[in-house]
Amino acid sequence: MSALKKSFRELLRYPSAILGMAIILFLLGVSVYALATIPYSEAIRLWRGGEEVWYQNPKYAPPAWFNYFSNKKKPVSFAVRTTDGSMTKTTTPSSDPNISTVDITYAFDYAYDDVPQELMIYFTSQYEEKFTFASVSWITPDGRTIRIADMAVEHTQNFRFSQDQKLQKRLKTDHVMQALFVDPESSTQKPLKGQYQLVISGTAFEKDASIDAEFVLHGELFGAAGTDKYRRDLLLPLLYGTPIALAFGLLAALGTSLLTMVIAATGTWYGGWLDELIQRVTEVNLVLPFLAILIMVGTFYSRSIWLMLGVTILLSIFSGSIKTYRSIFMQSKESSYIEAARAYGASSSRIIFSYLIPRMVPLLIPALVSSIPSFVFLEASLAVLGLGDPVLPTWGKVINDAFYDGALYQGRYYWVLEPAILLMITGFGFALLGFALDRIFNPRLRDI
Amino acid sequence: MTSEKIVSSEPAPPSKEKTRKNSTFTRVFRYSLVRLFSMMITVAIGVYLTILIANMGGYVDTIMRNEIKDNITQGILANPAFRSLSTEAKANLIQTKIETEINRRGLNQPFAIRSVRYLKNALTLNLGRAIYMKSDQGSKEVRLILLERLPATLLFTGTSSLMVFFASVYIALSLSRKYGSFWDKIIIAFSPTSAAPPWFYGIFLILIFAAIFKVLPFGGLVDSPSPRNPLDYGLSVLKHLILPISSVVMSFIFLSIYNWRTFFLIYSSEDYVEMAKAKGLSARDVERRYILRPTLPTIITNFALLVITLWTGFTITETVFLWPGLGITLFRAIGFYDTPVIVGSTIIYAYLLAITVFLLDFVYALVDPRVKVGSGGGGSQ
Repeated sequence: MSALKKSFRELLRYPSAILGMAIILFLLGVSVYALATIPYSEAIRLWRGGEEVWYQNPKYAPPAWFNYFSNKKKPVSFAVRTTDGSMTKTTTPSSDPNISTVDITYAFDYAYDDVPQELMIYFTSQYEEKFTFASVSWITPDGRTIRIADMAVEHTQNFRFSQDQKLQKRLKTDHVMQALFVDPESSTQKPLKGQYQLVISGTAFEKDASIDAEFVLHGELFGAAGTDKYRRDLLLPLLYGTPIALAFGLLAALGTSLLTMVIAATGTWYGGWLDELIQRVTEVNLVLPFLAILIMVGTFYSRSIWLMLGVTILLSIFSGSIKTYRSIFMQSKESSYIEAARAYGASSSRIIFSYLIPRMVPLLIPALVSSIPSFVFLEASLAVLGLGDPVLPTWGKVINDAFYDGALYQGRYYWVLEPAILLMITGFGFALLGFALDRIFNPRLRDI
Repeated sequence: MTSEKIVSSEPAPPSKEKTRKNSTFTRVFRYSLVRLFSMMITVAIGVYLTILIANMGGYVDTIMRNEIKDNITQGILANPAFRSLSTEAKANLIQTKIETEINRRGLNQPFAIRSVRYLKNALTLNLGRAIYMKSDQGSKEVRLILLERLPATLLFTGTSSLMVFFASVYIALSLSRKYGSFWDKIIIAFSPTSAAPPWFYGIFLILIFAAIFKVLPFGGLVDSPSPRNPLDYGLSVLKHLILPISSVVMSFIFLSIYNWRTFFLIYSSEDYVEMAKAKGLSARDVERRYILRPTLPTIITNFALLVITLWTGFTITETVFLWPGLGITLFRAIGFYDTPVIVGSTIIYAYLLAITVFLLDFVYALVDPRVKVGSGGGGSQ
């Protein structure tokens, strides 16, 4: 224990190690947050969801913080609804117990230099026989009131502003958004900045009837991470990809290095044909094309990330490091403490697991940490090849989607860069820590 | 895996005594022959494993059967010559045809026998016919499809691995001389960037040089239409090679330099090096004869490991750069679900790996005094 503490204290002497640990802690924090807020099944449902889940989002929208770096402020999408209180709704009963009026208003500041792509209202209404009725109007910052629509609302009803022909006729233009946002007196096509207000006044004609609305503005930017081709919020795969990447990297690194060590120790200890076999298997493994076999398994059997993990570990066990470990075990096999253990009659497994392997932990830890990034990137590489897990939202999957859609050619850099930068940060964090650990645990490197 | 460490073997002290040429030759020859033989067995086992994986649980057989069934059924239903037949007669005809085809392809034999036949076919590069893909000449032979792609891959892998290797050894040597200097620290600081594979840097390079500055092509082998003049053709290929090679170099160079530098530093503190320095030999001589020469076998082994890492990692790099090599063919085969091509490229990759290992083993035999002199075990470590 004190040895661990000592090495930890020594670790703090390396600024790179502190940076690496900070990055890893941050990633762990993100993972915990992602797992705590979005359950596994929910993440899969959202990621696999189509229009019915993501209808509120515009397609191909870069993240909202793009506005900080640009002089021309682009509209940021939002969605508000009465059901969760983000849009105010007041119901006033009238003298007739069957009739009530519902007033829904939403006022928002609009300070962008472009008109939004589209405005939409999604109504839901409860009634038995008689439709509820709603009239929608729009109040601009300069005080004009524009009547949008009057309609009978069915159980679910969508209203798209720019596709409504009556509205187009009333405004005498096909460009509804311009008519709603631009001052007709001014010559510029810039939208008026200020507070806009959406007013829906509904009337219900039954005792228990009610009406709810969701107001959606499709701008050009969206959220903290933007959206992809399928309107999915990229924040989901970016957040949820973190625990997956860490789990894959950690499990693969742990499985590979522990198994390699156990096999190398067993082979060296027993020697003879077992050792010979391990040597030959290592040689065969050297000519087995790692990625091609993973691809084969992914194409023929299953693309599940956990199967890939298993195959990765299996193929990486008999790698070059088994030879390095072997040569070290060869030396420690002859040392006197092993002789002593033998003399008191320790069993072979006791010698392997209690005496041979623990001595190697200082070599194991840096190798383990340094190999994590390559496994994290392996998962991404497989996804880029189209062999990513079909259901899980991962970083590699995002890069793959973006690549298939030609994001680089079409200038949608955010789509590729966000997951790529996360991958890089992850790789960098573990590599930094691994390097520092290597220097601490590897006495040959200490003075260099 | 990019984090491959330099595997250090025991450096053999520089041998001073000259052995007779003749016996050296026989030793190297015998060594190489033994290596070649064991390598062939290794390849055979590797390929057999590949076949086993590809056909685990008879999955590929099922695909083949279904395909035969589909093709024959479609063929007969669509053929106007059979239109007059009754439904029953058609069904019978389909059934017999399917059975003949299954017999012809030997799908009814037990797997153990078939796997041996598959192995023989695979080892003789008789890789069967592709389902959808074609070579540029229009052939459906998997062997032709793959061999046609080999030169591009060799060009890419060869140039980039040689560049990474020589650049890193050279820079590492000069850094190990000026240990602790500014550049030394820079290299150490940058070495964690090697955690990312080449394709990853490729994305950034494409973004910067192709998408934003538009100075270099997005990908491919040559301009389209390809230049007639061989010189222009070569220049165009070179232009297309810049980004892929830079991505490989960016991904490998820092860690590679770091590892070599550490390696040279360790060996330059050996006693015989100190002795040589004390004798007053020039730094160049010390480096060449007392550091490089004894560590040469290790250097070569690690070069082999680098090439092997590159071979397998190139699938994605080629895909990202649309480089028409083996890797992108494999990628397309995944997209088409073209099983013969996928299995075939795995086998070709296994061969390439084995040839690499053997060639380097041969060079190893030439430089390792233990093989030449005949003392010690020899063999790649």
